[in-house]
Amino acid sequence: MDSWIDLDALWKIVVIGLLAGAGLPALFAVGLRAVSLPGRAGDAPAAGEADDDRIIGTNPLGIAAGALCFALVLAAIGWGIYSVVAGT
Amino acid sequence: MNDGILVLVVMTALAFDFTNGFHDTANAMATSIATRALPPKTAVTLSGVLNLVGAFLSLSVAATIASGLVNTHLVTLTVVFAGLVGGITWNLLTWFFGIPSSSSHALIGGVIGATMAAAGTNGVKWHGVVSKVIIPAALSPLIAALIATVGTYLIYRLSRGVPDRTRSHGFRIGQIGSASLVSLAHGTNDAQKTMGVITLALIANGTVDAGSEAPFWVITSCAIAISLGTYLGGWRVIRTLGKGLVEIDSPQGMAAESSSAATILLSSHFGYSLSTTHVATGSILGTGLGRKGAEVRWSVAGRMATAWLLTLPAAGLVGAGCYGIAQGIGGTPGVVIVFVLLVIGSALLYLRARRRPVSHHNVNDEWDGATAPANAKEPAAA
Repeated sequence: MDSWIDLDALWKIVVIGLLAGAGLPALFAVGLRAVSLPGRAGDAPAAGEADDDRIIGTNPLGIAAGALCFALVLAAIGWGIYSVVAGT
Repeated sequence: MNDGILVLVVMTALAFDFTNGFHDTANAMATSIATRALPPKTAVTLSGVLNLVGAFLSLSVAATIASGLVNTHLVTLTVVFAGLVGGITWNLLTWFFGIPSSSSHALIGGVIGATMAAAGTNGVKWHGVVSKVIIPAALSPLIAALIATVGTYLIYRLSRGVPDRTRSHGFRIGQIGSASLVSLAHGTNDAQKTMGVITLALIANGTVDAGSEAPFWVITSCAIAISLGTYLGGWRVIRTLGKGLVEIDSPQGMAAESSSAATILLSSHFGYSLSTTHVATGSILGTGLGRKGAEVRWSVAGRMATAWLLTLPAAGLVGAGCYGIAQGIGGTPGVVIVFVLLVIGSALLYLRARRRPVSHHNVNDEWDGATAPANAKEPAAA
């Protein structure tokens, strides 16, 4: 190990950082996409509501998948904070 | 043992902690304010509270700031005091010019400068300074920028086709969440640095034994000082970081804050106490690179980089100068005179800033290349 740069820690920071710092937001984006999925094509507008105001789509499977994504993101954050507190 | 000087040192340390807070509000909240995910006042309040929580959360890195960088047995109360004055001076000057610069570097620079003035170059552990401060400072913005670039690219790619309303609503929530994490991380990191300095002063004065942990009143007062500073909000710096560097949108804000939170927490986990400012700036720059068509104002980035290079030597010079003055006059009067000079200087700078104020009213005005928007007026005399 180099005495100037701790390369071992460096690559871990880059790899885990990419997973947590870029991977989790990406997962969040996937979750958003999933919850916004429409049910059947043309289904939602036919309901005659102000559908432009909808935040969540009408596809139950999509909503479930999205919720799973959000839950995973939250769990990862919770674990991260826990490991900081416990790591003292 | 000199309790009079000790009281001044503790007051100066808390003042530094306060400037650290308001200088760094931008790191966590600039993007949320710029994208209007949160109203400015709400953003700084949330950040202040989370800094307070964060300061109590983890107590592992206290007292690391001086050990490994200077020979601690050479550190006297006057050295600590002069170093703090150097740090505060640099923080206030960069705030005035709206430049996000590292509070940690300002403090480290001040302490190193004061130590050199007191004990010569042998008082400084140069290997420690390079490997623990300079190399991480050069690498951390690059790593943060890389993560933010990848994150931004992925987010835009994956959220293509998501209805606008879902998009803006969802990413604003994501942005608020990730910015909160950065605030929490900031509290765990930066409040600790001041706790370490005060503990060092207590040890130098013989008030507590060497190797003791930070007493509870130190932890509490530092936590309160940093969160008050954060709540006050360094609007000038927030404006530069949120509006000046890159024009950002909610998804980019979320990518930037996630990258910052991950980098800061991971690095402190591996024992690198790095500058939250460098990380946050790298992330925001990266998020500009990861989105097609986003404008990155390289002249603003260049101005920041110049300030970063100057931070250590400039704060060091002030620290050394203050040590010279305090030591030249000698004893408690010397420290008191430097303290008074600091108060007068800060007050003058504050009054000067009031002429073209940046506040939560105009922080989001169109970027016109100046720290304060062109229409910033002197507040009407009350």
